[in-house]
Order: sequence, then C-alpha cells, then structure tokens
Amino acid sequence: MKVLYGLAIALIVLAAAAVAYAVSPRALEAVERPDPQSFDKAAVAHGERLALIGNCAECHTAERGGAYAGGRPIPTPLGTIYSTNITPDPETGIGTWSQEAFRRAMYEGLDREGQHLYPAFPYHHFTKVMPDDVDALYAYLMTREPVRNEPPENELRFPFNLRPLLAGWKLLYLDNERFAGLSDADEKVNRGAYLVQGLGHCGGCHTPRNALQAEKQDEFLRGEVTEGWYAPAIAGDVPAAVKWNEAQLADYLAGRWLEEHGVALGAMAPVAHNLSRVPDEDVAAISAYIVSLMEGDKLEADAEITGAVGEPPDSGDIGAVIYAGACAVCHEASPSPSATGLPLAYSTSLRIPTPLNLVRIVEEGVKPPEGQPGRYMPGFAGALTEDQMVALATYLRGQFTGLEPWADVDDVVARRMRNESGTKAGTAEAE
Amino acid sequence: MITLNVNGSTFDTETAPETPLLYVLRNEMELNGAKFGCGLGQCGACTVLADGRPIFSCLTPIAMLAGREITTLEGLGSIDSPGPVQKAFMDEQAAQCGYCIPGMIMRAHALLLQNSAPDETTIREALEPSLCRCGTHMRILRAVHRASEGFQQQTSAAGEASQ
Repeated sequence: MKVLYGLAIALIVLAAAAVAYAVSPRALEAVERPDPQSFDKAAVAHGERLALIGNCAECHTAERGGAYAGGRPIPTPLGTIYSTNITPDPETGIGTWSQEAFRRAMYEGLDREGQHLYPAFPYHHFTKVMPDDVDALYAYLMTREPVRNEPPENELRFPFNLRPLLAGWKLLYLDNERFAGLSDADEKVNRGAYLVQGLGHCGGCHTPRNALQAEKQDEFLRGEVTEGWYAPAIAGDVPAAVKWNEAQLADYLAGRWLEEHGVALGAMAPVAHNLSRVPDEDVAAISAYIVSLMEGDKLEADAEITGAVGEPPDSGDIGAVIYAGACAVCHEASPSPSATGLPLAYSTSLRIPTPLNLVRIVEEGVKPPEGQPGRYMPGFAGALTEDQMVALATYLRGQFTGLEPWADVDDVVARRMRNESGTKAGTAEAE
Repeated sequence: MITLNVNGSTFDTETAPETPLLYVLRNEMELNGAKFGCGLGQCGACTVLADGRPIFSCLTPIAMLAGREITTLEGLGSIDSPGPVQKAFMDEQAAQCGYCIPGMIMRAHALLLQNSAPDETTIREALEPSLCRCGTHMRILRAVHRASEGFQQQTSAAGEASQ
C-alpha cells in the first residue's frame, strides 16, 4: 500500500513537472514604482471599495502588522501559508509590479517573476473580475503606504511545498474566464453574482473543497470548515431557523444585529466590518443574489418562536443547569439592551452540522470590531471543563433545534479546548 | 448539596445548582472581595479564579465548580499580609473608587501564574475584560509591572507562610 502510494505521488510529481516545464511561465519586467500621483483619483477610490468587497486586508495584514504588508498565517489542511506583502514596497512588496504583472497575478496566479502562487490567494475567483476593476485595485494598492516586511516562508508538507505542481492544479481547476452574466436574472442579482463569484470570493470559505483544496462546483456555497470556523451553507437549504430576506441579509452583511439571525461572528465578522464601509447598493446586490440561491421551507420571519425555557432546570442535566445559570440571563429576557443575546431557537450555530462554532463562541465570546459599538458576549474559556462544554452543547442543540445530536461533539470539544488552553492559537485568530 | 473548595477550605451549600458562584461567596460565605457589577460578564468586578484561570463568578453556576479549586481575593493575602499583587496595587495606589480592583488583581494574578514577566501588551490583553470607570489604568498597569518583579519568589514564600 505504502509503495503504491509513493508511486502515485512520484507519478503525479513527474507529470506535473513535465506540465510545468511545458508551460513554464516567464518573468515580467520589473518597473520603477509608479508615482502615486499618476493614478486617477476616481480609480483609486473605486479600488478602495473593491478591496473592501474582496476582504483583501484581512488575509494580507498580520496581527499588529502594517496594512496589506502580509505575513498573516493562513492555516490549511496541507500546512500553513503566509500571505504576501501587497504594499508598493519595491523589495518586499509589489512596488516593481507593472499593471500587466498585477493582472497576470489576479487571472493566472503568478507573481511578477513567474512563480506559481497558491490558490489560498483565490485567483480562481478573480478570473471573473473585469479588467477595469482589476486595474482600479492595482491603482488603490500602488497608492498605499509601502511597508518593508518579508513574510515568513510557507510551511507546507511535501509534495505541496513544490510550486511547479500548481501548474497541474491550474490545468485541472483554473478557468481563466471573465464573469459572463446570469442568463435569467435582473441587473441587481447579476451585479451580486459578479461580486460573490468574483472579488468577494465567498466560495473561498463557504464552498466544500476536495482533497486538492479545489472548490467543488457542484456544491457551490454549501458549507465548509475554513480557518477554524464552519462557514455555513448560504445556498440551498441553509441552516437558519427562519427565512432570510434581502433586507435582513443586507443588514447582516453590513455588520448589523438582527432579531432573527444575530450578528456576523468569527471569520465573518471582519467581512461584515468591511462591507459596512462599501456603498449600500453593492451590499444589496450581494444579498439579492445570495437570497436567490436559498431554498427549502423555513418559518416566516414573524413566526412565533421563543424557545424560552422559563422553568427551573432539571438539576440532573448539567447542560440545562449551565444554560439557566450562565446563558439565560442574556439569551432570555435580558435586563440590558447591550446584553440582549439571540434567543437560541434562532441560532444558526446550533443548526450547522458541527458544534465547532458554538464551542468557539462560548469559549471566546463575541466582541464588536475594535472601537465600534455592538453586541458583546463574555468568553467562558477557563470556566467550563470539557465535559461541561459537551453537556452544554448537547443540551442546547436538543432544547432549541430538535435536530439530531452532534455525533462528533466529544472530539470537537476536546480538539478545540486542548488547542485553546495549549497554544491560544485559536483565540488569537478570532480577536 | 454541592461542595465547593474555596481558598483551600471546603464549603457545603444547599443552594440551587444554577446559582452563580458570586451569590454564594458573598451571601453565604461572606467573602466580599468579589463585587457585583453588571451581573452580565461585561465588567469583570466579580472575577475569581477556577483552577488558576479567571472566570466571571456572576455567570458561573456553582454546579460547574464542584471539585474545582476556587481562589478569591481573600485567598491571595490579608490586610496584614498582602500577596505580591495586592501589595503592588497598594504601593502604586492603583485604586480610586476600588470597585474594579478585586477583579483586576485576580486577572493580574492569573496572568502572572502563567507568565511571571509579561510585557505591556500581554498585560493589557489579559486585563481587557475588566473595566475601570475611574481611569486609574496607568497605575493599574504600573502595579502589574511591579508585581511581576520577583512574583515567583514572593508567591512561593507566601505559599509556605499560609500553610
């Protein structure tokens, strides 16, 4: 078995090397860093809006690092990738990149020197972006403050550390075609589809991936674990208690709190913070497209759904006791508007196929973006033991959704809480 | 009945299992160091330690704490013999109204148990869940820096003294 496996790997490596040789990309000439004044102001402003929609700063900025200066670790199942510096610093950033080199990176996943880039940089989405928008993004990035910062080397397992292999990946999964438009949709939904499938790269987190980390096109936006959070299905039968409508989703995407759905959390929180700063019509378009993909019978938004427990808990169920003593004070009849939690019958985190998000929210709490007003929930890391977390998660799922218990709850809790108390990697990521 | 282990002594209570620890500490045990601030885990005045980690006692049902080691402000020292963090807070005159200070001290103590020489950023992050409305933050930070100097020797000395 091991021999076969080794042989298969060797064959793949050889085949990919042959392909890589055959299509060996060339380096593009280094240019003098363009004068920031030379860019059209309107293009720079347009690029700023696009950069927010693309959520570029989130991956390309390290914790406490300079904006767009890279170095943020991106955990993947194949190892850790560090984001690149996309400030116009000539030596460590993209200061010597021409507009042509930038376009090639966005459409073909190559850096200026012709080296393959990993699809953690979602060029398989950016191929859909129109050239004018790519150029506006270039104008925006080239007018940022240059920051000298050399990101660490990637830490990927063999053979994934061999960049020429990416030529094979691209042959299989990269379709260098611009967005063609939906045939049966109005202008707003079309605009939304363009933003979602292209720059917004929502599928980067929300679409399940295969073993080679390519998004499964036939499961578009059907939910996946990415960067330590489960990004729920946002197309098809979505795990919400009540129906989403366009206005609600637009509010949610702009970081606002909704009585029936709560607020963007985890890896979605920075996305929502960015979208709160783009024009409403873009967010409305994204919302219209996403809502058009949702199916399945759900309760209407005004349905009577409280799920309040009200009674003293059964003292034999520690999960019920914890809910009554620790959670209900905010999640049922809170005394304070700032501490009004989502009635848990509305919770998406209780309806997804894994307790991962619930465990993280309970451990880490909820904080609004730095310096912004918003909902707050204290983190309970250190307060709950693993057994208590399992009991709480199991109780909440049963009490508020009536769905099947989570089969993997012990595993998820053990993995999450041991990691949390060991390295704090998880919490750092969420803050 | 639930048996709690607080500052090294056991305490039996018949109170309902979902009752937050803070009420048992203050009303039954008369340990008034931990304060009731918001009752929602937002201000940190009620902070105590469970197995060395800070928790909001206003939101922690006693059923969760059976068999675990609880430490309150009173467990760190007394007026005659303050613990190193308490002494540092007094030396730096870090209290104004003082309501948040027990929580601040407990969080600082938990941090120093993990890391006896934290840098400024680490201290700020560790104390972030505790709010102070008087604005003595700079003194509090100085107190934690002071406490970290020689924290280890003093805790081991205090540990021996209390036994």
